[in-house]
Amino acid sequence: MRYAETGFNLEIDLTKGSFEKVATAPDLTELYLGGQGSAAKLLWDRVPPETDPFSPDNLLIFSTGLLHGTPFPAANRTVVNTFSPQTNLMSHSLFGGFFGPELKYAGYDKIVIRGKAPDLVYLYINDDKVEIRDATHLRGKGTAETGDLIKKELGDQRFQVAAIGLAGENRVFMATIDHNHASASRGVGVIMGDKRLKAIAVRGTRAVNVAKPAELFEMSHRIHRKMAESAGCGDWMAVDEDDSFHHNHFAWGNARTKIPDYWSKELQERWTRMKYDHLDRQTGCYNCPKKCRNVISWPGRQRFGYKCFGKDTYHMAAFLELDFSYEILGVAQEYGVDSYSTPQVIAFALELLEAGILTAEDFPDMPADSRGRFFYLLERIVRRQGIGDILANSVSHAAAQIGHGAEAFDHNTTKKFEQLPIKLGKLNPAYFLMIATGEKMSITQIEGSFPQDPLPTQEQREAFVNKWEAVPDEKFKDYFLNWKKRSDISDEATCDIVDWNEAMHYIDDSLGLCGFVSSFRGQFGGDVPYHMNNIPQAVTLATGMSFDKPALWKNFQRIRTLVRAVNVRRGLRRKDERPPEDHWAVRDENYEQALLSKYYAFKGWNEEGIPTRQWLERMELAYVADDLEQREILAVETSPATLEP
Amino acid sequence: MNTLSKTRIVKEIVTDIDKCTGCRACEMACSAFHSNPKYSSINPAKSRIRVVSNELNDEYVPIRAGQHTVTECDGHHFMVLDGKTYSECSFCRASCPSRDFFIEPDSGLPLKCDMCESVPPLDQPWCVAVCGDGALTYEEREVVREEPDGTQMEIALDKMAHRYGTKAILDALNELAKSKK
Repeated sequence: MRYAETGFNLEIDLTKGSFEKVATAPDLTELYLGGQGSAAKLLWDRVPPETDPFSPDNLLIFSTGLLHGTPFPAANRTVVNTFSPQTNLMSHSLFGGFFGPELKYAGYDKIVIRGKAPDLVYLYINDDKVEIRDATHLRGKGTAETGDLIKKELGDQRFQVAAIGLAGENRVFMATIDHNHASASRGVGVIMGDKRLKAIAVRGTRAVNVAKPAELFEMSHRIHRKMAESAGCGDWMAVDEDDSFHHNHFAWGNARTKIPDYWSKELQERWTRMKYDHLDRQTGCYNCPKKCRNVISWPGRQRFGYKCFGKDTYHMAAFLELDFSYEILGVAQEYGVDSYSTPQVIAFALELLEAGILTAEDFPDMPADSRGRFFYLLERIVRRQGIGDILANSVSHAAAQIGHGAEAFDHNTTKKFEQLPIKLGKLNPAYFLMIATGEKMSITQIEGSFPQDPLPTQEQREAFVNKWEAVPDEKFKDYFLNWKKRSDISDEATCDIVDWNEAMHYIDDSLGLCGFVSSFRGQFGGDVPYHMNNIPQAVTLATGMSFDKPALWKNFQRIRTLVRAVNVRRGLRRKDERPPEDHWAVRDENYEQALLSKYYAFKGWNEEGIPTRQWLERMELAYVADDLEQREILAVETSPATLEP
Repeated sequence: MNTLSKTRIVKEIVTDIDKCTGCRACEMACSAFHSNPKYSSINPAKSRIRVVSNELNDEYVPIRAGQHTVTECDGHHFMVLDGKTYSECSFCRASCPSRDFFIEPDSGLPLKCDMCESVPPLDQPWCVAVCGDGALTYEEREVVREEPDGTQMEIALDKMAHRYGTKAILDALNELAKSKK
């Protein structure tokens, strides 16, 4: 009997219009867990590296996490993987809500989609009943609107729907897949649109079984209580009205301008009133006591929900106030565009206009004010009209297409992906490595366990480490106790810290756990309910397979290495691993490159960032080494840059 | 007939729909507790509590499974509360032919909330225990009720049985029951 997972994937071929329920091997779970881990394995096995992201042979995979459907709270992040036309690398995306657990209750661990439908379709999954249905009547409909129409059409509100909007239909690179006021960004909506798949509606009435019921339920309830009672997890941005952190420290416009003294008491009071005057309620995701999403009714708009930094990106890019974000979010989310990258694309276009690289002719009938211009460009991007057709390809591709010096304005991307608009003074070595080598594209998907900055006094540092349950190893306490200046930390500590930060995300994204109660949240206070000292037990109780800390850590290393290999096979090399040049004002190329080499060696990768045969074999990935050697990506007798750890 | 005052404990789950975040932890815990063996499987479709939800309507209503009815309502009414339109089904606890709520998906039998009765008893039903934000709270209320005092009737019956015999009394009661039909 399979515990925690169903043991079946749903394979869909949209070209043929066929589907198949396929049994999976349990030993793959032991090696790659679920979610992103086993999805990376499918992408390695089944999508040859020369496959264009827009090819019918590209796969779009919706994965449940290994803990989805079990009583463990906050195990609800659905993982979406494919290859992105923006980066030409593996797309990694997540969305919260109810979709993943519902899919598992329907009897599937994954939906693996290949091919392309001749016209818009939606996928109907009701336990064993699977249909590919016509969706041409949903063309142009908004993301939430589509979910609503499908549920009405099916006469059942219990279906969970993930849908694309107009942006996805028009293959906008920033397109998202949306579900229940949550969205998957970073290059997945564009592929769903390319496959002509408007939506997936799923309803499940099957049981998910767990291996050790009583112990598991006791443990999950303990974690649930801790989550409900602790202020140290969840999205504090949903309730903390002091948002000076983003407004004073992050860059406005095209990740360009800092306004260090922007925040004021008057502003905070005014914005707080604005929020609560329009707030319907705060909602949560499946089986999680936190309520991270603010649901807003704005005049003339359909209800929408937001969380995290998503409430700031539009008005900061447009140099406006919170009311503008509230005004545009309901529209942008219905079109299904990412609220992190889209405002940057628009601000980038307006900078090009100001610089004379684009001219007024490129923006016919555009309003003169910032508010009007953002709406104008949003409409053109999602429809791929005029200049919008170029901007829809994201900042890097648009810059290359526009030329005439536009490339210089593409200053905030890494691996052709828009980074968070942060511009700082001195280099933080761990952040250098994370932004350079991360393959989850956004720093929010890489950072998170070790604090971003040192605490000022020894007493504060000691108080912090004394209650720090989350550390996988005591050495992290020493690192933190001895860390006094941001840029002053040993290379050894830096490598360990980056590794731990990454580990938690790779584990969360394979188990389906939310970063706000695990991988992302520990950096702000250290007190997270899920960490390396209890997750192995959770996985053991759920699956009946035996995981301890070293074993689960090795799962992380294996999945991390496989993701790297997937991308290396598509051309990722050392030269691509550069944070934006202006991310820090003070840079030292020699130091950075030496640190990068040390980190590669620490990871078991060679000087080009390619995993070595020795490391791959240790990770039980000899088949990857064979493939990389056969393609002459890896020299047959390569040796690691230095000794492995 | 004389009556006696009796004190009973009434178990109540109080629902504050403004506090519901729609997380459905109640459904998870209910289905786990009622699985066999306990906690061995999770299937919200088997839960005896269900959050009726619609995110566009900002509608989140946890309802507990009540009685099974063999007939459905003669029509569906809608009510507007605070500017939001609810179907009366949003608040109805019945398992009925018009919808497949609170029907065990494998057997087709109706499900009904039992307040997580078990030996030894729980402090509170599981749906309440996992409700993070106080949308569901458990209350035990003492209710004093006037109930018929059965003791006097018992004494009288005992005396009559002694005098006329039990069979005669039963026959007389049967005749009485028939004539009352």
